[in-house]
Amino acid sequence: MSVLRHAARVAGKDLRIELRSKEILYTMAFFGALIVIVYSFAFPIKPELVRAAVPGMLWVAIAFAGTIGLGRAFDRERENDTMRALLLAPIPRLSVFLGKMIGIAVLVLAVALVCAPLLALLLDAPLFADPGPLLLVLVLGAIGFANAGSVFAATLLKVRSRDVLLPVILYPILIPLFVAGTSATEAMLAVRPDPDKLWYWIGFLGIYDAVFLVLSLWVFEALVIE
Amino acid sequence: MKSKGIPLLAGLAAVGFAVTVFLVFTYAPLVEDPVLMFNQKIFYYHVAHAFMLFLATAVCGVCSLIYLKTRKPKWDDLALASAEVAALFGAVVLATGMIWAKAAWDIWWTWEKRLTMSLLLWLVLVGYVLVRRFAGASADRLAAGLAAFGTVGIPFIYFMVDASDHHPKAGAQGVAATLPPEMKLVFWLSVLTFLLWCCALVASRVQAARAERELREIREKGLDAGLFT
Repeated sequence: MSVLRHAARVAGKDLRIELRSKEILYTMAFFGALIVIVYSFAFPIKPELVRAAVPGMLWVAIAFAGTIGLGRAFDRERENDTMRALLLAPIPRLSVFLGKMIGIAVLVLAVALVCAPLLALLLDAPLFADPGPLLLVLVLGAIGFANAGSVFAATLLKVRSRDVLLPVILYPILIPLFVAGTSATEAMLAVRPDPDKLWYWIGFLGIYDAVFLVLSLWVFEALVIE
Repeated sequence: MKSKGIPLLAGLAAVGFAVTVFLVFTYAPLVEDPVLMFNQKIFYYHVAHAFMLFLATAVCGVCSLIYLKTRKPKWDDLALASAEVAALFGAVVLATGMIWAKAAWDIWWTWEKRLTMSLLLWLVLVGYVLVRRFAGASADRLAAGLAAFGTVGIPFIYFMVDASDHHPKAGAQGVAATLPPEMKLVFWLSVLTFLLWCCALVASRVQAARAERELREIREKGLDAGLFT
């Protein structure tokens, strides 16, 4: 269990830095809000289209804002080469990965929790008719995003064109996650909500997260060590 | 693979290609379907390329995982070669698939299951090639990670495409299983031809990758010994 304790310590360190500067949180949340507002101008939103369009908007906003936050969060470890210090620390490397992953997941979830109410407010989407499953979908989505995101952002740390390569690598891998998230949200928003579909996609997200978490734990060390 | 093997494979593939083209247009019967008719001939290339796409992708995924665990460069060479070849075959699959779709359903692109899967797989492969080209010194690790994640993601893509009902479903079911024997013969001959071609491409790309790596190592040794100033 010491793996988890050390992971909590790494995550706590990241979140404490973030809470003191609030740099990523504010910029990411504002960026997410901007995307939502750009959407509401870019697409002709008629009341009958809202239920079909909002799930996609929510998840694309999460993907874009999440990528920005991810890049910045790992830039912090690059500036003073502190990633090397973290990897040299006398704790399991799995804890480093898990801690980073948890920190990112919290940030992504925070952005989702800014975008979702904003969409509900601006476009009058009934997102919060049933907040429990929505929260579950968002948490699972944030974990899946943070998982693959942390692996590749950590590996890209020393690469010059990392800002361009991160989405190039992440999005093809994450398409199943985004489609599952969108479909689950869509099932919630439908005029006649479809619980079977919703729980199918929640299960899909759960299995997706579990499988990729295992894969990440398995390959993280091989990927980040030079 | 010895260097003699590659011309042999390529030569066999060339002969096979000529024979297959001949047989496709003379021996294999036309389908009865009034819409498809002559258009169905593209099937012999499209499906054979799709098989090679999945085969090369699987090879790339497995080799990448082995490379991550063992760090032996030969696995990386093989992963790189098969990924690039898979991206090439994937482009052919998508192009011929679109031609087929236009003929069969009168639309260039439809979110049909197999088209969607091929497209998503191809996106991962293009990402792989981009990473290889632009990620500098850590390109091998990154690309191996991408291949590992992409390969593990294939079943998820399958279930996702299977279940998402906002993708309209279209198309024939299990064509390959219900072919008349003449068509089946030509089809498998075509698969064999492209298998040989695929192997020839991968083998020559592996050689090129190995040569590049050796050249780099020799340069580094030379730099260490102070040969270049």
